[in-house]
Amino acid sequence: MALDMKTVLIASVLGLFSVLPLMAEQASQVTVTEPWARASIGSRPAAVYLALTNTSQAPATLTGLKADAAGHASIHRTSTDANGVSSMAPVGEIILAPGESIKLEPGGLHGMLMQMNAPLKKGTSVDVTLVFSDGTEQPVEFPVLGIAAKGPEG
Amino acid sequence: MRILSYLGAGVAAAVFMLAVGWWRSVQTSPPDLPLRLGQMAFEMTDHRGNRVTPQDLLGSPAMLFLGYTYCPDVCPTTLSDITDWLEALGDTARDMRVVFITVDPSRDTPEAMAEYVSYFDPRVEGWSGTKGNLDRAVAALRARYERVGDDLEEYAMNHTANVFLFRSDGSYATSIDYHEPREFALPKVRRALNEPMK
Ligand SMILES: [Cu+2]
Repeated sequence: MALDMKTVLIASVLGLFSVLPLMAEQASQVTVTEPWARASIGSRPAAVYLALTNTSQAPATLTGLKADAAGHASIHRTSTDANGVSSMAPVGEIILAPGESIKLEPGGLHGMLMQMNAPLKKGTSVDVTLVFSDGTEQPVEFPVLGIAAKGPEG
Repeated sequence: MRILSYLGAGVAAAVFMLAVGWWRSVQTSPPDLPLRLGQMAFEMTDHRGNRVTPQDLLGSPAMLFLGYTYCPDVCPTTLSDITDWLEALGDTARDMRVVFITVDPSRDTPEAMAEYVSYFDPRVEGWSGTKGNLDRAVAALRARYERVGDDLEEYAMNHTANVFLFRSDGSYATSIDYHEPREFALPKVRRALNEPMK
C-alpha cells in the first residue's frame, strides 16, 4: 500500500515535469514583434497591429482576440476591389505554419476593437490577448501611437 | 448547296466574332471620369459649420476623398498619406484644398468631423451633408459607398478609397489608389498640378 502511494506520487511528479515544458512551449509558440495601436476617439473603433511568427514545430491557429478595453474584439481584413472600393470584414482563423510569419498592418489585417469603453490615448498602451485554437492565450501590450501613425515607428 | 452552307457558317462565325468584340468593348470600356467641380451639384456643411459647395473649391487645386470617422484602418491611413504628400509638396501645394467627405453623415456631424480633422494637416476639411447631397457627390465622383450591417451603432461603410485630384479650374486631373506607394503618388500629384488646365 505504502509502495503504491509512493509510485503514484513519483508518477504524478514525473507527469508534472513532462507536462510543464509542453505548456511552456505552447505558451511561447508564437513570437510577437512590433505591436502598436492607433489612438481612437470617443467610443469609435480602434485598430491594433503587430507581426506574428510561429516559432514552434506545429501549426498555430489564431482564432480570436480578447480585450477588456473593448466590448468586442476580432481580427478584420480590409480589402480593396478592382473599382477601388474598400471594405472590412472579420476573418475566421489564421493558421500559421511552423516558421511562418504574418503582419497585421494598415490596409490589410488588423485587430479591430469595437465599443471602446474609453478612447485610446496616444502615449498610453492597451492590452489585447491573442487566443489560439489549442486554448493558449498570449497577452500583448500595444503602445498607442497617434491617429496619423502608419506603422510601429509612428 | 454545299457552298451555301459554308457561306452560312462563315457569316454566322463573323457575326459571332463581332458580338464577342462588342461584348468585350462593353466589358472593358473605361469607367466614367469624375465630373468637373463646376458641374457637380451638391451642398454640405464643413467642420466649421459653413455651407459649402464644390464651386467654392474653384481657384485652388483640390483633393476630394470619401471616408467616415468610425473607420479605424483605411481612413486615418489615407489622411496620414495626404498629410505626408502635402508636407513633401511644400509650396506647390500651399493653396491645396483637401476635402474629406463623410459617407456616414448620421454619425459624422460637423462637430464630429471637426474633432477628427484636427488630428491631421490643418488644410484638411471635413464635409458632411444630407443623404441626397452625399449621393449626388458620390455619383459626380463616379464613386460608390454602401452601408454594411444593421446594428444601429456598429455598422461599417464600404466606400471608394481613391483620392480624386482636381486642378484649380475644377477639371479632374487624376486619382490615387489606396495602395499606391508614395513614390508613385507624389509625382502624380506634381504632374497634375503643373499640367495646363483643361
Ligand atoms: Cu476593421
